[in-house]
Amino acid sequence: MSSDLIVGIDLGTANSLVAYMQGDFPVVIPGEDGLNLVPSVVALDATNQIVVGNAARKYLIETPERAVYSVKRLMGRGIEDIQEELKLFPFQLADDLQPGEVLRLKIGERTYTPPEISAFILRQLKRNAERFFSSPVTHAVITVPAYFNDAQRQATKDAGRIAGLNVLRLVNEPTTASLAYGLDKKKNGVVAVYDLGGGTFDISILKLHDGIFEVIATNGDTHLGGDDIDNLLIALALDDIRGDLAIDVSRNGEAVARIRKAVIEAKIALSSQLTAKLDVDLPGGKKYQREISRELFEHLVQPIVDRTVSPCKQALKDANLKPEQIDEVVLVGGSTRIHKVRQLVQDLFGRVPHTDLNPDEVVALGAAVQAKILGGGSEITQDMLLLDVTPLSLGIEVAGGVTDKIILRNSTIPASATQYYTTQVDGQTNVAIHVLQGERELARDCRSLARFDLKGVPPMPAGMPRIEVKFLIDANGILRVSAREQRSGKEAEIDVQPSYGLTDEQVENMLLESFDFAEDDFRQRQIIEARREADTILTALAKGKKNQAWQQLTNDERRNVEALEKALINVKDGDDYHAIRASIDALNQATMHLAELMMDTVVSTALKGKAMDDADSDLEEAPQAGHPVAKAEFK
Amino acid sequence: MRAVHFCSSCGKVQPPVPVDYFMFFGFTAKLDLDTASLEKEFYALSRRLHPDLFAQANPEERAFSLEQSSMLNDAYRTLKDPIKRTEYLLRLEGIELEEQSKQATEKARATGELKKQVVPPDLLEEVFELNMHLEELGAQKKLGEDDPALLEEIGKAKLSLEEKHDALLHDLKTEWKKWDETIDNGREVDRPKILATMLDLLNRRNYIRNLLRDVNEAVE
Repeated sequence: MSSDLIVGIDLGTANSLVAYMQGDFPVVIPGEDGLNLVPSVVALDATNQIVVGNAARKYLIETPERAVYSVKRLMGRGIEDIQEELKLFPFQLADDLQPGEVLRLKIGERTYTPPEISAFILRQLKRNAERFFSSPVTHAVITVPAYFNDAQRQATKDAGRIAGLNVLRLVNEPTTASLAYGLDKKKNGVVAVYDLGGGTFDISILKLHDGIFEVIATNGDTHLGGDDIDNLLIALALDDIRGDLAIDVSRNGEAVARIRKAVIEAKIALSSQLTAKLDVDLPGGKKYQREISRELFEHLVQPIVDRTVSPCKQALKDANLKPEQIDEVVLVGGSTRIHKVRQLVQDLFGRVPHTDLNPDEVVALGAAVQAKILGGGSEITQDMLLLDVTPLSLGIEVAGGVTDKIILRNSTIPASATQYYTTQVDGQTNVAIHVLQGERELARDCRSLARFDLKGVPPMPAGMPRIEVKFLIDANGILRVSAREQRSGKEAEIDVQPSYGLTDEQVENMLLESFDFAEDDFRQRQIIEARREADTILTALAKGKKNQAWQQLTNDERRNVEALEKALINVKDGDDYHAIRASIDALNQATMHLAELMMDTVVSTALKGKAMDDADSDLEEAPQAGHPVAKAEFK
Repeated sequence: MRAVHFCSSCGKVQPPVPVDYFMFFGFTAKLDLDTASLEKEFYALSRRLHPDLFAQANPEERAFSLEQSSMLNDAYRTLKDPIKRTEYLLRLEGIELEEQSKQATEKARATGELKKQVVPPDLLEEVFELNMHLEELGAQKKLGEDDPALLEEIGKAKLSLEEKHDALLHDLKTEWKKWDETIDNGREVDRPKILATMLDLLNRRNYIRNLLRDVNEAVE
């Protein structure tokens, strides 16, 4: 893999971009229309083809029920989380949506989950890059708001996979932006990055030290951005229309879409002009016209802008710094063009913020730098290293519905921590582990990430078991949890599968389905299927190794199987289909004997008069699909 | 000696060996630690262990890098903070702190269970008075009243607590030096007493810090 072909992607609420390192400089890759910004809009055209970006924008007005925007707001969230969103955004949920299920949105007659819709945007960016390079692009770094929780990160990673991208890293947007700023001037000092985008707000405070970008504290609000300003202006216009023209168009999708377009244009104009005009054609031949002064606009947006103050103060407090100890302030995100925002930042930190880089592009540019670093680096990125933090504390629910924090917010990632717990009731054999994210003291006020049971703890008096719960956050900010009862050695481990997340299988199916109507190649599909088969056989083997049959193999056999197992693990995430295939076949062959022995064990235990249920459960323990066991017939 | 993070012949990253945080950085378990050299070591090791440097490596090396760098970060987080560092050493020596954390307070609040709380005897009077003032302040706030005299009283109490807090930190540092001497001269017999003193200082310090937090929350 040539490291040039790892791209950096800013998957934004309003706009998305793809960039790469051209020599020593990151540059944005334009789309076919020559524009750098790809609006994060997905629509179905008249022939039921998916269109993305600028080409999709017109459908927001023409056929609003066949278009969707700002889907980033829904990533990793459940129906209970988005009631506020539904009041303000024309999201149309699928009719048959069940509580607890991953959201599905209607676009025309079809329904898609938020990760699938994001994947359409990513696929468009991937295509833009492939057209630009005239070669396939399969590896990417994708940015996420620093304040995204585990579920939102997982959903973003899933979107990447559905789009056929190997997501090498999720990086936090403000941190990424600081990379773009730090490229030409390798300074030391403390930098605050204020990032107000289309839908999210982040504040990050970093310490720069000879190329190391160490995040000290981060805070934010994943539901605060330009969208909220648009909605305020839309509400103002709808009010006007009701009052002046005596019509209510708030339920008319097309009219609202037209108003939305007009207020966004006015909002942008007000960053450079003192007044802007709204001029909207309404259904029934009526016209809505008015002028908005910057003064009125700033008065309107004040409450929204003010909501960024408390996260900034908290971040400073967490960093144990006073505003005057911040050396530089950097502005990121289109909404920081608003004068009121700049004024607020200046007042908060007591200095004029930097605006040398285009606030719409700086995150993508930084992502390209990070892609280069991950690809092995070049002279210019050689000393650069990002040390990021987890934005929210992570823990589990303990007796009384209390959150017991295991990893605190602003811990540098990767991070790990272990805590010990015990049972409350005599003879308790199952322990429910409820994984939580957030700062609140009560479990019900935190975000529930996952629930799993540690089963089969031997019955002991309450307080006797020693249950070790281990948390590990990887460099993407994604959590893995394992639990083990130490006296019995009983183990349970999960990659946290967020409550509103897709399963691996769902993601793979979506990926396979996407090939059916995409131009993508057969080879990619083969690799995915081979990987899936590799996972199946590796899981089966892991189970098999716990079976007594494993001990009946000769030392040579065991060594051989383990060597081949390792070989498969090493090739399976690569892109060499033939290597994966060959490794699977070799391992299949080598485990044949183990499979036979395991079948014998099951049969003989059953014959020894063990209850049938137990024999079944033994079978259950044995490898399932594929190989080694399932293919041997039980006669 | 420093723990082995890399293979001596091929230079590749190795799985972490179970060592304590001091050894991870190649330090002896001394408390009067030079934080500047700790930071330097942290950055130097980050440049070799961070997963970003292994994005193209095989899964095994990637896994080792993840484990190693998470341990590096955990160790750095613990050692750079004077209080966490002392608590960590106490734990290494098999001593658990009393539960006076905020977490314990909240847990007690939520479950109604009594929290283990030891008020240092010499503080009893001061704490009693302060709590009265805080209650009064709460009552006034509810009525929307504002009593500058009361605020001044609380402000004074706060100042006094802050002074005590600083004094405790100073005492703690004296104990660090004593502890470090026993590492140099190998006099293990002196250690239990020093550990006991440090435990007492930490408990008092945590108690005062919690009080200060209550005061700050009430005044804000």
